[in-house]
Amino acid sequence: MHPLAETIQARFPDGFVSAQEWRGDLAVTVKREALHAIGRFLKDDPAMACDYMVLVSSVDWPDEEERFEVVYEVYSIRHRHRIRVKTRVPEYDCYVDSLTDIWPGADFMEREVFDMMGIRFNNHPDMRRILMPDDFPEGYPLRKDFPLQGKGWRDTFDFLNEGAAS
Amino acid sequence: MAHLEDQRETVYKVDPANPETKDLPILRTEELLLNMGPQHPATHGVLKVILDLEGERITKSTVVMGFLHRGVEKLAEYGTYHQFIPHTDRLDYVCAMYNNFAYCRAVEKLLNVTVPERAEYLRTIVAEVQRIIGHLFWLGTQALDIGAMTVFFYTFRDREILLDWFDELCGARLTTSWYRIGGVERDFTDSLETKIRDFLAYFPPKIDEYVVFLEKNRIWLARTVGVAVISAEDALGYGLSGPTLRGSGVDYDLRKYESYGAYPKCEFSVPVGKNGDTYDRYWIRIEEMRESIKIIQQCMDQMPEEGPVMADVPSVTLPPKNRVFTNLESMIQQFKLFSQGFDAPPGEIYCGTEAHKGELGFYIVSTGGGKPYRLKIRSPSFIHMGAFDYMAKGYMIADAVTIFGSYDIVMGECDR
Repeated sequence: MHPLAETIQARFPDGFVSAQEWRGDLAVTVKREALHAIGRFLKDDPAMACDYMVLVSSVDWPDEEERFEVVYEVYSIRHRHRIRVKTRVPEYDCYVDSLTDIWPGADFMEREVFDMMGIRFNNHPDMRRILMPDDFPEGYPLRKDFPLQGKGWRDTFDFLNEGAAS
Repeated sequence: MAHLEDQRETVYKVDPANPETKDLPILRTEELLLNMGPQHPATHGVLKVILDLEGERITKSTVVMGFLHRGVEKLAEYGTYHQFIPHTDRLDYVCAMYNNFAYCRAVEKLLNVTVPERAEYLRTIVAEVQRIIGHLFWLGTQALDIGAMTVFFYTFRDREILLDWFDELCGARLTTSWYRIGGVERDFTDSLETKIRDFLAYFPPKIDEYVVFLEKNRIWLARTVGVAVISAEDALGYGLSGPTLRGSGVDYDLRKYESYGAYPKCEFSVPVGKNGDTYDRYWIRIEEMRESIKIIQQCMDQMPEEGPVMADVPSVTLPPKNRVFTNLESMIQQFKLFSQGFDAPPGEIYCGTEAHKGELGFYIVSTGGGKPYRLKIRSPSFIHMGAFDYMAKGYMIADAVTIFGSYDIVMGECDR
């Protein structure tokens, strides 16, 4: 296992689930209860020093019990290493602790995850939609059960008949 | 007249709680809410910012975006990997080549495909030309937004030369789609090589010309020096990248530290600022243009004369166009790749590329098959806007334009 993953496992034996290394990328899966503590550790520990917030993303696995996966990617300017931290949440309890207090840049990226996938973040300062309109009624567009052309709300629009107007 | 009298009544009112000003009329102060955009000439697209003002100072700003949201990430899940290349043109439509490059690199990392040497050089040259175009575009529009109009004409004149060069290279000026997974669409012609060599000789004195316009311009200095300062620590926490991050003194350039293309074979330096203000971010972009010229020069000199420009992996890469129309196997290969796609291995990768705005990354999850299971675009413009509220606090309304201009945002990429 990668030494960084070993450090996380030794420090958080309960929160650590697994580590994968593929194509040179290190990904660590953790329990969501431990996500905030691990985030704090990654930022503050001098051996980790992951001060740069790269990406917050999410993946939908509709056939699995813990349906959603939240993905954080962080980078250390001092040590030049990348770590991807992933956690799983079930659909009926779709909450993750926000990492905005550790990396302020997570603010917009977590809002995008909420907007697109419907995962909510505890202690987030401004949990609103960001790209879709605030009153978007059709749900969360990047979920796998959301059809590509939308749910047909647009079909109910009352358009002017141009031929009749002229 | 009665309503005017009422108005005056509310503007000058006595504060009974304060005995010293009891007999003096005091000016009523009230926070003002100002909607800037969505249609505003300086927002580089369709962006709305709600500014809370105290006098002319910004106390809070709320960014409203998504006017250009087209669901590109959703579309990616329904098309093959090859079919997504034209979509990447429309992300940052000012610099399509670099988006193509970033996406193709990510897919190549997923597939573990190595690009032939000549193609690596071609890719690097075109990417650096695109970087110059991006910085010229930024310099012209930023100066225009601040009030220095002349520079705009000069930078756009030179940008036009390069766009014509793109036109000759791939038949399009902006939405290029020239990169392919595993290589590039076609090789340079002799005329293209001559033209780019001419440009290398022509361009460096022009950079000095822009600098003369700006660095002795008191208005430009007053509006950039010390405006929108962000410390290195904050810039990192907010995930800023590219010239915006390097302006704060952080040496983070993926071309150097996670090198790709032909960059490891070139010698170039990464300019890093000191103060983290708008002026440093401008200075870095000027210096980067000079470095880009050096990189292109070195690539032109080192590039192998002959060689394939597409990796020879028939299960992934497209056959040469002239063979598609004359050879049955090549036609079948082309048809299969576009209708079904190639079989990508299951797994997930993140691949970041140093575009001229910052780190443009693609996070791809594959479960096998010809289509990505999930494709997430880390677009620098979107992430830079996350720091806007923090950076604009305490500055004047007019500086708001300077601040988001200095991130070099393009809304097509921001909203995706």
